[in-house]
Amino acid sequence: MALILKQVTKRYGKETAVDHLSLEIPEREMFGFLGGNGAGKTTTFRMILGLLDMTEGEITWNGESINYGKSHLIGYLPEERGLYPKLTVKEQIIYLGKLRGMKKQKIVQELENWLERFKVTEYMNKRVEELSKGNQQKIQFISAVIHNPNLLILDEPFSGLDPVNVEMLKSAVVDLKEQGTSIVFSSHRMEHVEELCEHLCILHKGSPVVKGSLREIKRSFGKKNLLIHADTSLEFLQKVPGVIQYKKVADGCELQIENEDVSQQIFSELQGKGFVRKFELEEPSLNDIFIEKVGAAYE
Amino acid sequence: MQHMSKFWVILTHTYMSRLKTKSFIISTIITLLFILGLANIQSIMEFFSDESADKIAVIDESELLWEPLMMNAEAVGEDLQLIEFTGDEESGKAAVEKEDYKALVVLTLNDNQLPEATYYANNISDMGNQMFIEQQLQQLKVAMATQQSGIDQETLADINEPVVFQTIALDETAKSMEELNEARGIVYVMLFVLYFTVMAYGQMIMTDVANEKSSRVMEILVSSAPAVTHMFAKILGIALLGLTQVGTFILVGYLLISSKQGELVGGIFEYLGFQDISPSVYIYAIVFFLLGYLLYATLAAMLGSLVRRVEDAGQMMMPLIFLVMIAFFIAMYGLNVPDSTLINVTSYIPFFSPMIMFMRVGMLDVPAWEIVLSIGILVATIILIAVIGARVYKGGVLMYGRSSSWKDFKRAMTLSKKES
Repeated sequence: MALILKQVTKRYGKETAVDHLSLEIPEREMFGFLGGNGAGKTTTFRMILGLLDMTEGEITWNGESINYGKSHLIGYLPEERGLYPKLTVKEQIIYLGKLRGMKKQKIVQELENWLERFKVTEYMNKRVEELSKGNQQKIQFISAVIHNPNLLILDEPFSGLDPVNVEMLKSAVVDLKEQGTSIVFSSHRMEHVEELCEHLCILHKGSPVVKGSLREIKRSFGKKNLLIHADTSLEFLQKVPGVIQYKKVADGCELQIENEDVSQQIFSELQGKGFVRKFELEEPSLNDIFIEKVGAAYE
Repeated sequence: MQHMSKFWVILTHTYMSRLKTKSFIISTIITLLFILGLANIQSIMEFFSDESADKIAVIDESELLWEPLMMNAEAVGEDLQLIEFTGDEESGKAAVEKEDYKALVVLTLNDNQLPEATYYANNISDMGNQMFIEQQLQQLKVAMATQQSGIDQETLADINEPVVFQTIALDETAKSMEELNEARGIVYVMLFVLYFTVMAYGQMIMTDVANEKSSRVMEILVSSAPAVTHMFAKILGIALLGLTQVGTFILVGYLLISSKQGELVGGIFEYLGFQDISPSVYIYAIVFFLLGYLLYATLAAMLGSLVRRVEDAGQMMMPLIFLVMIAFFIAMYGLNVPDSTLINVTSYIPFFSPMIMFMRVGMLDVPAWEIVLSIGILVATIILIAVIGARVYKGGVLMYGRSSSWKDFKRAMTLSKKES
C-alpha cells in the first residue's frame, strides 16, 4: 500500500524533465522531494496527479492508477498559487470543496475549524484580493486539505511565508500525517525536509541522486561532522588520517571525518593539548550529502 | 456519475458568479433601458419636439394662390400653421429674423401663369417645412397646368394611377415575394442575434478561462475535474447565462409591445414577417443557432486557455471576431442574392454555415440533403474542435509566463500529448 513510481520519464521534445524515476512512497508518512529549480519536482507531481501524461513509466497508488474518480481522496497545493481574487474565502473554498466531492455544510464546518486554527476567522467573508500574501497562502493550503485527503501533495508549501506562519503550517502538516494522511512535499529548503520527513528523494536534473529513508541515507553516507571548541590552535588536526575537511570557526573548528572511529583518534590527540570546551559528533546534514553527490553547492 | 456532478458544480459556479458581477447587471439594465426607450420612442420624440406648430408667413403676390394652398395644407393637417402676411417682403424677412415666424414664403406666378415660390428662413437645414410647402405647391401647379391645357379630372386620375406590376415565380416550390420578405425578416433577426451572441458570450468564455488561468486557480481546478468537463461546463454555463439575459430582454420587450399593441407593434411585426412563417424555419433557427454558438464557444474556450494574461484575451479574440464578421457580411450580401455561388459554397463551410445555411433555408427551398450535409459538416467540426480544444486546454492551462503567441498552441498540444 503505497504510491509507487516505476521508471517514470517525461520528455518535452529533446529536453528530459524527469529521467527514469523510480520511487516508493510509503503510506501515512511524509515524503520529501528536494531539488532546485528545474529539477523536475513540479513535473513529477503533475504526472502523479495525471495533469501531465508521462512519456514512459507507470504510477500506481495502492495498486491502481490515479484518475479523476479518486480526486476526492487527493489534495494538491500547486507551486503556482492561485485563487479567485474576486471571490470571498467562503465562496472560494465552497466551490473548490464541492469539486472534491464535499457537501456545502461540511465544507463550511471544516473551513471554520481551519480558519480558527490559523487564527484568521475574520477572513471568512473577505475577498481573497484583500488578504496579504501570507494569508492567501493559508487559504490556499486550506483549499488543498479541506476534504481531508488520503494523499496530499504540497509543492513548495512553505515558500514565501514568514517564520511564524511556516511553523503554523508545519504543525498542521504534521497533524494531518498523524491522522493518517500520506504527504508528499517538495522544498528547496533542506532543513524542512530533514525536520519533517522519514523518506526523501533529492532530484537533480530529473534524476534522483539520493533516495531512501533519512536515517539510512545519513548512516550509509558514513562521513560525520565533528565540532570542536577549544582554547588552543587546532590546525594540527588537519594532518590526522581520516580528516577530509578542516574549517576554522570562531571558537575552534569544524571537521568532516571519514567515519566515527576517526573521532576517537582525534579525541585522544587532543589529550593534554589544552582546555576543550566542546566536542560534538554530528550526523552529516542533507546539504553536505547533496554537495557530495552532486558536486556543487546547492543554494 | 461523479463527473456529472462536478460538471454541474462548475456550470452552476460559472453561471452564478457571472450573474452576480456588476458588469453583467449593469449591461443588462442598460439594454433594458434601451429597449424601454425604443418602445416609447414616439412619446419621447413628441416630448422633445416643439409643442406649438411652426408659424410660417405667406405673402401672396399673385393674389390667387393663398386660398387653395391654405386649404390643401389644412386638409393634410401637417404640424404647421400658414399665416397670410400683410406687410411687404422686407418687413416679413425682419419678422422671421425676430423669430416671430419660422419662415417666410413669397408666392408669385411666372410667365406661364404657374406658381413659383421663394422660401426665406433663418436656417434652411430643417427640411420638413420646406418640403411640405414645396409638395403642396407642386400639386397646385399640376392642377393649374392641366386645367390650362384643358385636361379633365378623370384623365388626370388615370395619368396619376400607378402601373400594375406583379411578380410571380414559375417554379412552384420557390417562395413567393411575400414569403421572401417574411423570411428576410426572421433571417435578419437570427443573424443579428447569432452575431451578438458569439461576440458577447464568446468574449465572456474567453475572459473567464483567461482569468482562471492568470489567477493560477486553473491548476487546482484541473486537478479536481477533467479539463474537458471543465471546458464544456463553462461553455454551457455561459450559454445558460446568455439565455437568461436574452430571455429577459425578450420577455420585457414582449410585455412592452403587447401593452402598446396597435400603436407600433403590428407595423414592425408585419414588416419583419413574423406572422405566418412555417414552423420549420423556427426549428432551423434554433438548430443553427445552438450549433453556431457551440462552435464559436468551443473555439473561444480553446483560445482562452492559451492566453497567459487577461490583457491578451482581446488579441486572441480577434481571429474569432473576424470569422463572425465575415460570416455576417456574407450573409447580409446573401439576403439580396441568396442563390449565388458564393452563398452556395460558404453554406457548407463550418464557421459560416450557421448563418449562411440558415439564411438559405429561410430564403430558398434548399433540398434536405444539402441541409443535412451542412449540419453534418458543422457537427463534425464542433467535435473536432472540442477534441483538439480539450487537449489544448489541458496543456494550455499548465503554461504560464509572459508571452502569448501561436507557438503556444503547438506547445500546449505537445504538453498534453503522451509522446513528443
